[in-house]
Amino acid sequence: MPGKLKAKIVAGRHLPVMDRASDLTDAFVEVKFGNTTFKTDVYPKSLNPQWNSEWFKFEVDDEDLQDEPLQITVLDHDTYSANDAIGKVYIDIDPLLCSEAATVISGWLPIYDTIHGIRGEINVLVKVDLFNDLNRFRQSSCGVKFFCTTSIPRCYRAVMVHGFVEELVVNEDPEYQWIDRIRTPRASNEARQRLIFLMSGELQRKIGLKVLEMGGNAVVGYLQCFDLEGESGLVVRAIGTACTLEKISTFPATATHPNNSSPSKDMKEPGFGEEAPGVPLSSGPPTPLRAQTFSSFSPSKSYSRQSSSSDTELSLTPKTVGIFLCPSTPALESESSPLPSAHLPCHLRPGMASRSTTPPPLHISQSDTAMLRKSVSFSEELLLAVSGMGSGGSAGKEAGPLKALLRQQTQSALEQREYPFFTLTAFPPGFLLHVGGVVSARSVKLLDRIHNPDEPETRDAWWEEIRQEIKSHAKALGCHAVVGYSESTSICEEVCILSASGTAAVLSSRFMQDGPLDTEHRLSRQPLCVFSTGSERVEGDMGSSASLGFEEVVSPGCGFCHIPYDELNIPFPAQLTYCYCCRRYKVPDVLFTTIDLPTEANVTGKGCLIQARLCRTKKKAQGEGNATAISSLLPFLEYELHTQLMNKLKLRGMNALFGLRIQISVGETMLLGLASATGVYLTALPSPGGIQIAGKTPSDITYEQHISTMQKKINDTIDKNKELYEINPPEVVEEIIGSPIPEPRQRSRLFRSHSESSDEVSELDLSHGKKDAFVLEIDDTDAVEDIHALLTDSPTPAGFYSCNTEIMPGIQNWTSAIQMFTSVRVFRLNANLTNQGLNKIFSDLCENLLKSLYFKLRSMVPCCLCHLNFTVAIPEDELIQVAVTAVAMSFDKEQPLENGKQSGEKTLIKAITENDEQLQFNLELNAETSSHNPLSSPKGLSEVGSHLSARAPSVDYSSFADRCSSWIEQLKLKAHTIRRGSVKTTSSLEKASPLPEGRSRSLRSNRSYSGSSVAVVKMTPLSFIPGAKIIKYLGIINMFFIRETSSLREEGGVSGFLHTFIAEVFAMVRAHVAALGGNAVVSYSMKECVFMENPNKNQAQCLINVSGDAVIFVRESELESTSVQTQSATTHTSNGGEGT
Amino acid sequence: MSVELDVFVGNTTIMDKEVYQLWLNGYTVNDAVKVRIEGGVMEECEASAEVLLSDTMDQYRTFQMCERLLHHPAKLANQLLFQIPPDRQAMLIERYYAFDDSFVREVLGKKLSKGTKKDLDDVSTKTGITLKSCRRQFDNFKRVFKVVEELKGPLVENIRQHFLLPDQLARDYAAIVFFANNRFETGKKKLQYLTFQDFAFCAGQLINNWTLGAVDNMMEDMDVDLDKEFLQDLKDLKILITDKDLLDQHKSRVNNETSHPLSLVCNALRGKTNVFNEMEANFKNLSRGLVNIAAKLINAKDVRDFFIDLVEKFIEPCRSDKWTSIDMNLYLTHYTNSAHILDTFKHHAVWTRYMGVIKSCILRMYHD
Repeated sequence: MPGKLKAKIVAGRHLPVMDRASDLTDAFVEVKFGNTTFKTDVYPKSLNPQWNSEWFKFEVDDEDLQDEPLQITVLDHDTYSANDAIGKVYIDIDPLLCSEAATVISGWLPIYDTIHGIRGEINVLVKVDLFNDLNRFRQSSCGVKFFCTTSIPRCYRAVMVHGFVEELVVNEDPEYQWIDRIRTPRASNEARQRLIFLMSGELQRKIGLKVLEMGGNAVVGYLQCFDLEGESGLVVRAIGTACTLEKISTFPATATHPNNSSPSKDMKEPGFGEEAPGVPLSSGPPTPLRAQTFSSFSPSKSYSRQSSSSDTELSLTPKTVGIFLCPSTPALESESSPLPSAHLPCHLRPGMASRSTTPPPLHISQSDTAMLRKSVSFSEELLLAVSGMGSGGSAGKEAGPLKALLRQQTQSALEQREYPFFTLTAFPPGFLLHVGGVVSARSVKLLDRIHNPDEPETRDAWWEEIRQEIKSHAKALGCHAVVGYSESTSICEEVCILSASGTAAVLSSRFMQDGPLDTEHRLSRQPLCVFSTGSERVEGDMGSSASLGFEEVVSPGCGFCHIPYDELNIPFPAQLTYCYCCRRYKVPDVLFTTIDLPTEANVTGKGCLIQARLCRTKKKAQGEGNATAISSLLPFLEYELHTQLMNKLKLRGMNALFGLRIQISVGETMLLGLASATGVYLTALPSPGGIQIAGKTPSDITYEQHISTMQKKINDTIDKNKELYEINPPEVVEEIIGSPIPEPRQRSRLFRSHSESSDEVSELDLSHGKKDAFVLEIDDTDAVEDIHALLTDSPTPAGFYSCNTEIMPGIQNWTSAIQMFTSVRVFRLNANLTNQGLNKIFSDLCENLLKSLYFKLRSMVPCCLCHLNFTVAIPEDELIQVAVTAVAMSFDKEQPLENGKQSGEKTLIKAITENDEQLQFNLELNAETSSHNPLSSPKGLSEVGSHLSARAPSVDYSSFADRCSSWIEQLKLKAHTIRRGSVKTTSSLEKASPLPEGRSRSLRSNRSYSGSSVAVVKMTPLSFIPGAKIIKYLGIINMFFIRETSSLREEGGVSGFLHTFIAEVFAMVRAHVAALGGNAVVSYSMKECVFMENPNKNQAQCLINVSGDAVIFVRESELESTSVQTQSATTHTSNGGEGT
Repeated sequence: MSVELDVFVGNTTIMDKEVYQLWLNGYTVNDAVKVRIEGGVMEECEASAEVLLSDTMDQYRTFQMCERLLHHPAKLANQLLFQIPPDRQAMLIERYYAFDDSFVREVLGKKLSKGTKKDLDDVSTKTGITLKSCRRQFDNFKRVFKVVEELKGPLVENIRQHFLLPDQLARDYAAIVFFANNRFETGKKKLQYLTFQDFAFCAGQLINNWTLGAVDNMMEDMDVDLDKEFLQDLKDLKILITDKDLLDQHKSRVNNETSHPLSLVCNALRGKTNVFNEMEANFKNLSRGLVNIAAKLINAKDVRDFFIDLVEKFIEPCRSDKWTSIDMNLYLTHYTNSAHILDTFKHHAVWTRYMGVIKSCILRMYHD
């Protein structure tokens, strides 16, 4: 019984009129948690009731605390009839369960009704008293911190990055239960909202347990998604990266945080080394075995391409399998067998055991399905299709003992993990060594009712399949990890496309096995590595190993571009050159990644948003036929998206894509593909060649002329773009090493799927040819249109830049002006459109949306739209929905913008200083210092100077109590100048009320100090706020709302309805953040926006899911203005640190 | 093919001042787009008409959603739905409550009733202001009127606090409320030359001097009604014209004063002998006019005719005699002051209170 939840209902305001006769309301409140309900008195005849209730206390398990939301219902008392509900507030109390997050929820929260929207506000106070539970078998995971941010949060340091955590829970969707026929829409919506709240709470708790098991104390890059599978149920799934984080602080107190103390001590490496590497090797003929495996789980449900003819068309299997399979298999065996699995305690999960015991059928099936999808997915990475086949090759291809040894350390650490995946997109310096390229996998499934919600095995198996595939792709690229990993689904009727993508990478061992107690561990592993290396095939390349051996020392600006794979066994045809920065290692000609641009990267010029958009019609079909049709369309879709991206990248004179996100959306009669990424020119990579147009058939002169004008246009555009994005790399002598794979033709062509026939595909050329020979071949009039389409992407207006990553290279001097926004458009199509027509419409839709955004935000110029996140959906047969969430940030044009290498170095320095010098303090702390703590004593001040130079003095705010106790400790240590009396008062006061009392009071006084009646809350999809320091993370915000109306016209039509709803969602997010004591949400995202309408019935419904991290930030300018006090405070703390 | 739904929501609500004005002016979306295109915003920002239409629609929707809050400006500051910076909030309120002088001239002093609202289409055609805008302005007047009608304390202050209006605008609203409450006639042809600001000034004078609140701020009465006691007392001033002696005495005093050799201005005035002479000739008429107005103010109906009386009984005769406003000022000053030195005249306080307002009103109203 380890927790006491306390809630107090203070007052209400702006309540709606519930009694027409008196124009007033007799309101009272029900407070419900779990099965316990309390009620306030009725406050008669007022729209601004003052309940001022007693403290309602709930004594509950911490498990429930994590799962359940606190539910507050405001009702209108009616003597004669049933009480009318005014609305509800769900409060996620998770942030209160973590000592480092918020300690009290206090403030005005909007009362929300799914039919009427926001109806007034209620002022509540919520606290939790948590007793420590040391039960080893506990089911709760209180204290594990969750972050949506996909990098190490700003005021933390990563002690250890443990790796991938995932979980999913399923349930029946209340909307599809039989009872839904007899209950009101409101009841149904509320049941759904509540269920999803419960499910996400449960999910978070389960993930937390896994994190604790791994020895971590936080989940970074937490990504939670809903799959509304309709009849077949509701799936909530989440992935994240388990880490051990440490608050950057010199407080001695923080070192003793329960979870921080010795992360590696109780760390359990998941021990799946023995099964992971060898798994996807399809050594046998795939087809016969496949049937067998599918029968083992849901034969009718999983869908791979059944037609064998297309397999041969696409996969090029024979060739590649021949290349990779033989050498790698023995090496893997030798590596995996000596690993004593007993040595590493397994991290087990229900359902996992069965998998590891029966790998062969399962995995063969996967590799087979993979094969078709591989050709799909790898089209992104220069059509890496081939590489996918040679899965598991990385260990075998390791060349050179030294390099291998270095690699092996991390690799073995990683390979023992089930999935060496990281949802992070930005990394601490030195963590990311090399980037291989994008890996992705998709699979088409048929949904079936989830029979037993407690055993979500089918869904689990689906994802496992995909993850295995991703893992094998990464291996093929010579990488042992996947970073920037994400998963998504698209559902239409009973067909579901599961997608996963990430960036294959080689990571440094530093963050995975550091820690004082881990040395032993590592030592014991090293011989293993040597052994396995010894047995490996070394025959390949002593030469290259010599060059690659010391890569850890390589300059950070280009190191990540160096190829991780063996150049003689390139898994795909690519041109390698020596790095343009260091001239020592090989780099590819183009690099695609899903991660953010590393801060240390050397970039020439600025970047820009690049989008590939595609629409494909599809025949209406049912069930299996439909799934087959979709899976046969997918490869073409992906290939064309890739070609479009490549063309657009070249057109902008750039050579790398970051933050690549490909979304495939399925509808009844069409498939939509949208790929967004930020193009940049990496200084380390060779300059991209131009685009050449060639007429396929020699024809008359007008045609030639036409081509030459087209060519001129393209060249002009490239020149213009180079100027626009300030791309002027230093000229260098080019040395193309060339691909070892023979290149029959030195060019690739622009394909359109409708013109593709199987014979064309078979002669499909995988190389992109020599540098200047990127050729677009025109063989018919459609191609001309394609090129037109290529050129119609209108440039961003003057003063605007755009990207879908966190930061824009070449822009540093951000001002504090930020504007987060969400824009949604739904477009109705005419029936009977050709692919061509659809494409154009879709492309225009996106372009126009961007143009509108630029226009809307024109007052912020010069500015950059960052983190432009497009989401497409096909809500109905002829509708396309595009939703964008992004932030516009202005920057200062006045300061000269550095270019090229210089800027790269500068950013690096900046990044480092930002990471290290976390000079944090709290306004609140400040006030205390001056008010009842005579600590800003002359002594403190006198030491300011000496400590300014000292590195990273900072203060911890984990909790008031903590802070006080550490204050006291310091005072004891050096208690000369300080009057003890006043300090003692403080401490005794704190003892009287362990956590919240003192804090809530000071918080409130803080808030009232700010003056304005409604606190301003900033929102941004980025992980930082320009010009400000995040001093505290208050917890994760994860909210789900449903809104429905049956008076659509009266509410301003669909636009009016959605506009209000989105504004309401923003308002509720802001209010909850403010109630936690925060003033901003970072890493905000709208993960779901499902809109359905029925104009004939005058009805509409919308579901929105948003998430982010609530934080407290302080403006840097404020920091400076109050720096004297801070300095004195930090001086004390750092002294304390030294003293101990 | 059509855009079925198109919304843009910013964390900080984006509002374009120009579009807001167009919305306030009652333009339809399409008309607003036309105006914006003519304004050249398209060339400035490389936008297309489509973009402009989308933006305008979006802004209009935002304004409509805000309108509810603007009806109770205090709510705008503590609502949670829109995050609007305080300076923006002030702008929104100020512009929403701003009105056209030509419109207010049409309804000033009229009862703010449904009947008047029905006639707004006539006002709209007459003034060229869109009906929508007329309705908003009318509703604003009515809303302010209804709120402050019930409130105690100073009128201007009440308006400012409840509607968060800037000082000048609050004063204007006070004037409108005051006029509507007392139903002053302002629509007569003879009054057409007066602007709203003229009336607002006069209203300010009346509110500050003639209402109950003017005497005692602490009084729990309203600022919108004239001080009945004072109006009663005004009847006593009649002695100035009914008593023949007093009248003559007053006249000579005024003449003496104006002809005082030490006064430079008087010399100037005397220089214009014709003005001086006519003044002398008209003294009885003018004085009778002013005192009669005072005496009748106790009747509500005569209160309504206050301004028309001022014009007919005083301003017009002076204008036909071609007085300058300097002449007028001088005359009124002496006229007021000299009454105090009349032996038998006892009502000094009432006289000062009355003539102070009359003087400033007449001076304000004395123009072409």
